[in-house]
Amino acid sequence: MTAYSRDDLRAAYLAELARIAPEADLSSLDPAADVREELDIDSMDVLHLVTALHARLGVDVPERDYVRVTTLDGAVAYLATRLGAT
Amino acid sequence: MGASGSGAIAARGTNAAAFGGVANHPRISKTRRADEPAPNVADYDEARSTFRWSDARRAFEGRPFGLNIAYEALDRHLDGPRADHVAIRWLGKHGEREEWTYRSLARETRRFARALESLEIAPGDRVYALLGRVPELFVTALGTLRHRAVLCPMFSAFGPDPIRARMTIGQARVLVTTERLYARKIAPIRSELGSLEHVILVGDDRASTAVPGTHDWATLVASAPDEHAIAPTDPETPALLHFTSGTTGTPKGALHVHEAVVMHHLTGGWALDLHPDDVFWCTADPGWVTGTSYGIIAPLTHGVTMIVDEGELDAERWYDTLARERVTVWYTAPTAIRMLMKAGAEPVRTRDLSSLRFLASVGEPLNPDAVVWSQEVFGRPFHDNWWQTETGGIMVANLASAEVRPGSMGRPLPGVEAGIVRRGDDGSIEEIVAPDIEGELALRPGWPSMFRAYWGQPDRYAKCFADGWYLTGDLARRDADGYFWFVGRADDVIKSAGHLVGPFEVESALLLHPAVAEAGVIGKPDPIAGEIIKAFVALKPGFAAGDALSLEIIGFARKHLGPAVAPREIAFVDSVPRTRSGKIMRRLLKARELGLPEGDTSTLEGPGSS
Repeated sequence: MTAYSRDDLRAAYLAELARIAPEADLSSLDPAADVREELDIDSMDVLHLVTALHARLGVDVPERDYVRVTTLDGAVAYLATRLGAT
Repeated sequence: MGASGSGAIAARGTNAAAFGGVANHPRISKTRRADEPAPNVADYDEARSTFRWSDARRAFEGRPFGLNIAYEALDRHLDGPRADHVAIRWLGKHGEREEWTYRSLARETRRFARALESLEIAPGDRVYALLGRVPELFVTALGTLRHRAVLCPMFSAFGPDPIRARMTIGQARVLVTTERLYARKIAPIRSELGSLEHVILVGDDRASTAVPGTHDWATLVASAPDEHAIAPTDPETPALLHFTSGTTGTPKGALHVHEAVVMHHLTGGWALDLHPDDVFWCTADPGWVTGTSYGIIAPLTHGVTMIVDEGELDAERWYDTLARERVTVWYTAPTAIRMLMKAGAEPVRTRDLSSLRFLASVGEPLNPDAVVWSQEVFGRPFHDNWWQTETGGIMVANLASAEVRPGSMGRPLPGVEAGIVRRGDDGSIEEIVAPDIEGELALRPGWPSMFRAYWGQPDRYAKCFADGWYLTGDLARRDADGYFWFVGRADDVIKSAGHLVGPFEVESALLLHPAVAEAGVIGKPDPIAGEIIKAFVALKPGFAAGDALSLEIIGFARKHLGPAVAPREIAFVDSVPRTRSGKIMRRLLKARELGLPEGDTSTLEGPGSS
């Protein structure tokens, strides 16, 4: 498995989020804010986001951890732990 | 341990030829635990044969003020031991907990009614709510009904376009929303909402607000006097306005009257098996009719404690809630159940869900394997039931006292006359009496919560009725034992995650994008949501199809329509197929999407003709 840096994970998350909510201005996204509220992301969107992260990074996010990828900071920390990022 | 309720999946012979795949799903019989109350409907046939609407209505006569939903939900309990029973246990997004008794909730609704009076809102005026699952929603709803104004709840997941359409059609006079939703969805379109006089804002984290052109809830409502007498309310007084979608045209506002509470109450007992000591959790969004009929009214008329969770669907959170709050009756939706299935059985095994007695589902047909799954995991089957915005209450249901047939919506409730009909070319209606034949599900009008109008659209209302039937637009069949089975929609309306989405509303928004020449929208089958919204788009000259434009159009649609209504997939086509008269052939788009035979295309407009 490729080693990802936190910056890689941040970029990957934002890239997939931009595909789910293309209308959003992610440059001003509060990294601690819940994207479900900030960007009108519903539970189907979260499911698609998780599926996309799986395809992109090879990380399988179980249902119980969905809630951990609903903020940028939370997602980067979670993905880093799961992937052993540097 | 998971739920320890007993129950058996018994294999029985079914008519495999008639039922196709359904025969693979054996019926589920149930046995009652010794500590459980007897089901409210002990014997289905007897309940149906002895039931009379005149008796049911008589039970609601003799109230001091006629028949008012708010009285039935709250005031009626205030002279007895239920007054200090917990009506709402509210669970905030971030772990907050708040309890409202029948007494304290009633007091707050009197204040809200007084606040409406102070704003000179007249009975019959429309009060719109754009709120999440917060206590203020319940106060708004019941305070509005006390005042005999008309409550119109909206989805907070709607974008500005659907909101504007609904507020314009219903001529909203008052809107109750949050500071955040106001800034995002209302402020940009406020100048276009000519009828809207008053906006009442609930502060984020419920703090006071100071937004120009709005009222602050904490000032206006919390400081209003808490004395208010319900004025005489005729049972036919308008009470609730719920918007729904058709294939064509603008959204339709189904109007219900105060008498609907008779149906809410009865069906809460019959189809949800509510008993006084129940802890009831209806997970529906308050913007949907289920969130009002069964998320507000029915549990309160039964005097039970209801759980209100502000948070979004999350398997761990939901199972924690079921276990911690000792939920006994749970009413949810197929999309949520399928998401829970994805999370597997493990989270159930690690929790004590033994309090669960009755599980029900609505919103779209519940797939049989989800019913079987629930029996295996919870030891309880989900009971699917069927109704729609127009019916105001549950019409057809699997009952606590009867075996569950996985995949079936159940049987018509007492007082409900349902049939399978065929529409003739001349508009006549023929009932199909023989079993196992597909046709349109139809109902004999006359139940209390039947819609009384589509707001301002008498022609569309009239079209729903023919030869003494209300035509539901759903295709179904009835088996020889009287169980109904959903087949599909008779029109092109899309059912996505329990939301009814009108393709015309989506197509109209897409056409506003500068690159879009034509758009046709369908529901594409999806394992979780039932259907997702997919748009077929033909571009204007000079625009190049591709990923970038596809994302741009999706973003555009999300901005206008909101995530629940915007397409999640775009396919570019040279032209959208139309009939010779110019109607979009959505069925053909769907057939192509599914790789099905396209059928008779002789009325299709050929390429090149215009």
